[in-house]
Amino acid sequence: MERREFLKSCIMVIAGASVPLSALTLIDPRKVLAANPDIQWAFLVDTNKCVGCGFCVMACKTENDIPLDANVTRTWVERYVYTKDDRRYVDSPKGALNGYTESRIDLGKGEFKEIDPKNVGKAFFVPKLCNHCTTPPCTQVCPVGATYKTDDGVVLVDRKWCIGCGYCIMACPYAARFFHPLLHVADKCTFCYHRITKGLDSACVNACPFGARRMGNIHNINDPITQLIMNERVGVLKDEFGTKPQAFYIGLAQEVR
Amino acid sequence: MVEQLAQKVLEVHGEAWTIKELFVLPNEYIYWSIQIVMYPFMTGLVAGAFVLSSLYHVFGVEKLKEIARFSLVFSFALLPVAMMPLLMHLQQPFRGINVMMTPHFTSAIAAFGIVFSTYGCIVATELWLVYRKHFVLTAQALNAQQNRSAVDNFRLLIFTCLTLGAWDISHEAIEKDHHACKIMAGIGIPVACFLHGYAGFIFGSVKANALWMTPLMPVIFICSAVVSGVALCILCYVIVQEFRKFMAKRKMARWAKDVDAPTVEELEGAKHMEVMLASNYLLYFMIAAITLEILDLIFRGYTQVKSWDILREVIMERDFTKIFILQYGLGNLVPFLMMALPGRTVRRTTIATVLVLFGVFMMRYNVVIGGQAFSLSFAGFMDYHLPIIPHSIETYKEGLLGALTVITTPFVLFFVINKFLPAFLKEDSSH
Ligand code: SF4
Ligand code: SF4
Repeated sequence: MERREFLKSCIMVIAGASVPLSALTLIDPRKVLAANPDIQWAFLVDTNKCVGCGFCVMACKTENDIPLDANVTRTWVERYVYTKDDRRYVDSPKGALNGYTESRIDLGKGEFKEIDPKNVGKAFFVPKLCNHCTTPPCTQVCPVGATYKTDDGVVLVDRKWCIGCGYCIMACPYAARFFHPLLHVADKCTFCYHRITKGLDSACVNACPFGARRMGNIHNINDPITQLIMNERVGVLKDEFGTKPQAFYIGLAQEVR
Repeated sequence: MVEQLAQKVLEVHGEAWTIKELFVLPNEYIYWSIQIVMYPFMTGLVAGAFVLSSLYHVFGVEKLKEIARFSLVFSFALLPVAMMPLLMHLQQPFRGINVMMTPHFTSAIAAFGIVFSTYGCIVATELWLVYRKHFVLTAQALNAQQNRSAVDNFRLLIFTCLTLGAWDISHEAIEKDHHACKIMAGIGIPVACFLHGYAGFIFGSVKANALWMTPLMPVIFICSAVVSGVALCILCYVIVQEFRKFMAKRKMARWAKDVDAPTVEELEGAKHMEVMLASNYLLYFMIAAITLEILDLIFRGYTQVKSWDILREVIMERDFTKIFILQYGLGNLVPFLMMALPGRTVRRTTIATVLVLFGVFMMRYNVVIGGQAFSLSFAGFMDYHLPIIPHSIETYKEGLLGALTVITTPFVLFFVINKFLPAFLKEDSSH
């Protein structure tokens, strides 16, 4: 074959192939299905207000059918205790499902530590949940695309398509994911997508008696949550991973990871 | 009873073998357990065995001829097994095919199906080219036979199919096969390295995990893969040769009764030469693998980033025995000395290969399980307890028995494949 002819046919093949390719990019199902692109959901936790009652955990498990006695949870509350002799204790027994009714610290392996109240320097609670990261490593690593980010900023799992490889669980730097004990697929907080898209509050926001948890649309400048995030000193968890979390914290201590 | 049942159902994946200590986040368990240790171990063996066989086919290291053919057949037997642990660890194994249907290419696992099947095709093609003459000769011989038994009829059918209609075994045709084989092996090496380097990438790219995340991971994995593959081939080769020697002595097998069957001395001589040569390559690759692993460790210790505190505690204290004594000591140093010191014998090399295999297994174990031995909070630890006696399907799959199932399968497969692709052939019917 002549060189010129060869080049010619090459160009034709490439041109021909690019037509179906461009047709593919035209229809992006996420764009079509997105409920409302003007919405970007964000979460705001005020750690100063949390008292560790665990109502949110109970509400979440009940709302989202995560068995109460299974040792996994979509949201949990951590307790931090600093003693005056500069020691740090952290625990979260059962994710604080039943609240912190005991003063002793759970050290795992069935061991506990009682701390002398006079020795306590500072102590506080930190609620945690999936951060619905802007660049989520969990969706990046899913080999079948079963976990994905909606256009309104919520990261979801397709329970009918997940193969249960656990890669997303390993990839999340916040341990927000787990295997559902009954369905055997990856599971995590959905921001109660089934509620927020109907104009309701998420179960945990609804359950918190102290307003430590709130949710809003960060694309709406007049939203009170957006205002708070803009005007208060807020932080995010593990910012060094470059995940750009969408759960913001007021009063975040540096030691909280 | 009902309560017990409910309790069992509610056991979260990972709870059965994870013991938490200090502050571990509520959802953290050792999700990737023994099967994920087996996965890189098995793919490593596949890739390594293939690289050993290519040394002969591509670079023409004539002396490795016999062990090369053996490794090629063995790597084919190992191939399906590389996928087994992955399937066994899935929570939804029946959906495994989804990876082929909707591969999500930002994921390191998504291309697995593609890389894996490409590699499978290459090995199969190469095997066919190597054994075509054997297929044709066998089929012709069977065809010429008068009153065949049912078994022979069946064999005739199989061998006829295996020739794929290419009956030409003239000198030129065989030369062509030879050439094509060389090309396939040449393509095969990078693909084999990719197959395995890529297993390393699956771990190395998990940024959430302080122990795994290093760009060196794929390279470390490739080197140790070759080490383990070569070691396994030497080991199996010696065992099979010993077995053949035994058969030759007693004239037990069909081939041993032939007039021109290899004598015990011939077998012994061939074994000695091939084992010595292959173990040289084993040494080179071991040096590369250990250098990289130590480099990684030193680098972490020297730079002391935030995660080092907890990593140091895991590496230097909690897993000290597993890492320094079992992996580096027993699995690397001892066999290295055994092979490097003068006066090496086949027996010494064989024992060394067993230790090398153990060392590579421990390396996989320490990477996979060790990477999950500390909490993401950097304030707690998780201990792994391998389920020995299974009490549910899950503890079978992710326990000792599951791992043993994976380990034994390639040998069963090799036994079957060897019936059609005899790893040890007389000179003239293959190349
Ligand atoms: S917090 Fe974890 S699960 Fe949630 S979006 Fe980020 S990486 Fe994914
Ligand atoms: S566990 Fe499911 S959602 Fe997570 S990466 Fe695997 S297939 Fe995707």
